[in-house]
Amino acid sequence: MGNNVLVRMHNITKKFPGVLANDRVNFELKAGEIHALVGENGAGKTTLMNILYGIYQPDDGEIYIRGRRAVIKSPKEAIKLGIGMVHQHFTLISTLTVAENIILGETSTRLIAPIRDVENRIRRISESYGLKVNPKARIWELSVGERQKVEIIKTLYREAEILILDEPTSVLTPIETVELFRVLRRMAGEGRGIVFITHKLDEVLAIGNRATILRRGRVVGTVDVGKTCREELAEMMIGRKVIANKYSKKSIVGSTILKIEDLCVNDDKGLEAVKNISLQISGGEILGIAGIAGNGQRELAEAIAGLRRVKHGRIVLDGEEITNVDVKKVIEKGVAYIPEDRISMGIVSDLNIAENIILRKYRYKPYSNNLFLNFKFINSFSAELIDKFNIIASSINTPVKLLSGGNIQKLILARELSGNPKLIIAVNPTAGLDIVATDYVRRKLIEMRNNGKAILLVSEDLEEIVSLSDRIVVMYGGRITGILKPEDVSVEKIGLLMTGGRSEN
Amino acid sequence: MRIKLEKRENITRTLSITVTLFSVLAAMTFIGLIFQVIGINPVLAYIMIFYGSLGDIYGLSETIVKTIPILLCSTGLAVAFRAAMFNIGAEGQLLMGAIASTYIALYVIPNSQSIIIIPLMFIMGFTAGALWALIPAILKTKLSVNEVITTLMMNYIAEQLTMYLTTGPWRGVELWGFPYTENIPAQAYLPCISGTRIHYPTLIIGLCAAALIYVFTSRSKIGYEIRVVGGSREAARYAGISYVRVALITMTISGGLAGVAGVGEVAGIHHRLSPFKISSGYGYTAIIAAWLGKLNPIVALVASFFIGTLLVGGDILQVKLNLPYATVNIFNGVILLFIIGGELLLRYRVKVIM
Amino acid sequence: MIGDVESLLNAALRVSTPLLFATLGEIYTEKSGVINLGLEGIMAMGALTAFSITLLTGNIIFGVIAATIIGGIMGFIHAFMSIALRANQIVSGLAITMLGLGISELIGRIHYTGVPLPQRLPIIPIPYLSNILIFGPLLFNHDPLTYLSLILAFAMWFILFKTKAGIIIRAVGENPFAADTIGINVYIVRYLCTVIGGMLTGLGGAYLSVVYRPAFQPGMTAGLGWIAVALTIFALWSPLRAIFGAALFGGLRALEFRLQPLGIPPNIVATLPYLFTIIVLTIGTRGIVRRIVEAPSSLGVPYVRGEK
Repeated sequence: MGNNVLVRMHNITKKFPGVLANDRVNFELKAGEIHALVGENGAGKTTLMNILYGIYQPDDGEIYIRGRRAVIKSPKEAIKLGIGMVHQHFTLISTLTVAENIILGETSTRLIAPIRDVENRIRRISESYGLKVNPKARIWELSVGERQKVEIIKTLYREAEILILDEPTSVLTPIETVELFRVLRRMAGEGRGIVFITHKLDEVLAIGNRATILRRGRVVGTVDVGKTCREELAEMMIGRKVIANKYSKKSIVGSTILKIEDLCVNDDKGLEAVKNISLQISGGEILGIAGIAGNGQRELAEAIAGLRRVKHGRIVLDGEEITNVDVKKVIEKGVAYIPEDRISMGIVSDLNIAENIILRKYRYKPYSNNLFLNFKFINSFSAELIDKFNIIASSINTPVKLLSGGNIQKLILARELSGNPKLIIAVNPTAGLDIVATDYVRRKLIEMRNNGKAILLVSEDLEEIVSLSDRIVVMYGGRITGILKPEDVSVEKIGLLMTGGRSEN
Repeated sequence: MRIKLEKRENITRTLSITVTLFSVLAAMTFIGLIFQVIGINPVLAYIMIFYGSLGDIYGLSETIVKTIPILLCSTGLAVAFRAAMFNIGAEGQLLMGAIASTYIALYVIPNSQSIIIIPLMFIMGFTAGALWALIPAILKTKLSVNEVITTLMMNYIAEQLTMYLTTGPWRGVELWGFPYTENIPAQAYLPCISGTRIHYPTLIIGLCAAALIYVFTSRSKIGYEIRVVGGSREAARYAGISYVRVALITMTISGGLAGVAGVGEVAGIHHRLSPFKISSGYGYTAIIAAWLGKLNPIVALVASFFIGTLLVGGDILQVKLNLPYATVNIFNGVILLFIIGGELLLRYRVKVIM
Repeated sequence: MIGDVESLLNAALRVSTPLLFATLGEIYTEKSGVINLGLEGIMAMGALTAFSITLLTGNIIFGVIAATIIGGIMGFIHAFMSIALRANQIVSGLAITMLGLGISELIGRIHYTGVPLPQRLPIIPIPYLSNILIFGPLLFNHDPLTYLSLILAFAMWFILFKTKAGIIIRAVGENPFAADTIGINVYIVRYLCTVIGGMLTGLGGAYLSVVYRPAFQPGMTAGLGWIAVALTIFALWSPLRAIFGAALFGGLRALEFRLQPLGIPPNIVATLPYLFTIIVLTIGTRGIVRRIVEAPSSLGVPYVRGEK
């Protein structure tokens, strides 16, 4: 690791409507180092790197690449400067092959491409770095981990000296993560500079040389990883001493609200996604489902919510069977569902707040009488909820698409939680929300739990599962691989369960 | 100099109306330019159009005559479009209503009293139009087939069907070289306001339909379901709203109202079936009225009347200036283009940065 | 009997030419993510332009080129509305159809109905090949434009699936955000493809008025533009399959009057292409649901950089 500074970002400021994403940020990357960019959701890490990659333009500040001032107006220019980025959401075209995807970004290849040459070079790179991938495979055939390898190969193909990775391990199993780190160390050893965006402190300690911590758009500090520890990083990230048990839970003894026996559910392609799952949740309990996305959690949640047919098995709610019952009935019986796809499923973006509040209950009194909606009640009820749940909007007639992500989620919470449900199903409820909204949502769920509701929490955020759940169920390949108490969770154990190993139980 | 588009946070009704009016005016100016280019004084042309369609009783009554079928179709289309069912088939559904009413009047009960024939014609016309719309609707809901193309194809099929019937089994007299069916019996004639061609039963049905549908879409449960389905099918599923039910209901209404328009044209105006004179593109024109009316039945009513004036204007241009009736299509096309172009101003604030 | 079948197949191929042109154009347009329902109007304008310019200049080639240019301009209008103004693409296409039909009828009815066209495109039999039994006269005895359509189909297939340009087009239609991040100018690609689509449709219209009839008549496109839209889906967005589809529909069209002596009314036969389109669309769509195909995911959705 030399003193060679590859990237210097000076005084970068970037504003979006309603939020100051980057506030006079200074950031530096040296050749041969892995520099972790750390912070919570919404701290401004991705924005900063998107500026470096030319997707956004800074409102203020300068960028210097290898000592020379650079104005990066588009990703194309960033690529020319030797910058490569692997985004959280892959920029791969799923119907094209690996080779075709890589050809896409190539400025050197002529319009008629000799695909065979490209394929050969891909093979050489993949063998050399141990990133095994078939250049002729179509992207939709590849697993998530393999797709990430393709993204990395893309940057290597273009001989990028500066590599940015945005939360790369969020889609990887623990074993794949180890592999990734190996590749990154090798690339850094070759003199490249790597920016590693993450909010997972263990990873910072494992792989980073230096770390810059962002909080609410500002740099809190830049440290040498070797000279710091987890607690210091956490404190810089969150701004207050981390309390292990953030949420106060009453101890509740409730009756069994949800019982699932031997449930089998198919996914959209007709393959079995949930294989013979049995579990139960009592009132006043949060059952967390942990696991990497795509292992049947979504199908399980949808089946319980009445949105997906059950092939085999039973779902019993408070003693009453609701297997394959119409979703209207399920709503009536007191099941609240906070969906993962907030925007496309949880709300109708063209309608206003009041019209969205009544989405699931409009057919019942007092929301409507016979044929017509009861606007008097609807309007006053909506106003009440906006107040109670602290939704920031100018009126109940504001179209929902103008609300921020956090406010939309609050709207959904307000709707689902206000009807006195027995069971609440929440899937990735804090995904994409800023710190304040995330905290609000989590506190609300705890509040519901303390009020005796049964809660099924599906989340990809392990920290969230551990801090909220009373019991944790790990799913892999449609089956339960283990049931743990949050105190017993360790990275190795849960990692093993999430990737198919079975627990000793 | 750069142009930057900033998404608007709030779209007020005043803004909406202003932009729409502005778009229409801009469109008419543009058409005025076209007139100028082909050697017609645009001011003269517009005066002729508006005086002819609104200036005297005869013109006004003709405007209302033209408004009736557009009103019926556009009301139905407003409902369908609200549910994101892009029914381009109002034209064919109208023809099917015309065919059904001709059938009733000529062959089923030609000797009955008015009080039986007329309601029956309307009922069968509605049914025929509704069924014609239901075929693409079922294909869409059960098999995900794009309804834009299927409804369109049904238009052409209906047209061919009409031609087949009037030149074949239902062939009646031939007037000026064009095939027609026989005249329908006098009892099947719709009553008109004296001195005019306004067949008021159809008009009343149209006005009632517009009012009813307005009330229902904005205030009733089913209206809410339609708006949810049109906004997001996923959310509708989540809310337990049956997409299939909503789609079928809206298409039934849409096709049925178009069918009623067809009945009106046969029983109220022409009194016989002919492929060329029954519909001069009312089904397509209604799409513009519905879009201009922002899918609100009451506003679409006003828009339908406005387009009615343009159509009568087109007649006048044809007679006085020897322009083919197709000019109306040009009007429609230009107005529509300007309206959807204007929608940009509605959704975004345009900033010019020096 | 063989002569009958031969002449039928011949006619089928000739009718399929304008369809093929328009379909090839729309395939590129849709592959880039834009849906253009203005084909009917563009075809009508192409027919009018080709006829009038040919009459004016005495040269068919000028007429055909002019029609192609007009088609490109109309395609550009649609592209502008859809891309720059982010208008609803279905409504924009409809408006262009109305406009095209209206203008072509306005000018056509006044000036060109009933006017004969003295110029003709020669039939060029390909030596040796056109003498092969049965298939010779069928495939190798046509006018230059028909040959062009077939050559274009192959060329466009090759470009779309075997070259970088084609990869770019497919990427833009499938995932415009990803394409943008890679550095591709999504807007320019879409403009280009839509304009090309318009040009080819205009060319198809030219064929109708200058080769197929030849004459100009308002309404002569008779839904061919719409059928082309359906064919695009039927062909699963592949130029090669489009050849097959166009020939099939051409065949149905050609059957129209040939079945009359058998007592089948021409009107009923005339419904067959439209009926068939519905059937074909139904089957095609069902197939799509089952496999991962070439349907561009961003079809009809305007792309805005930086907008969530």
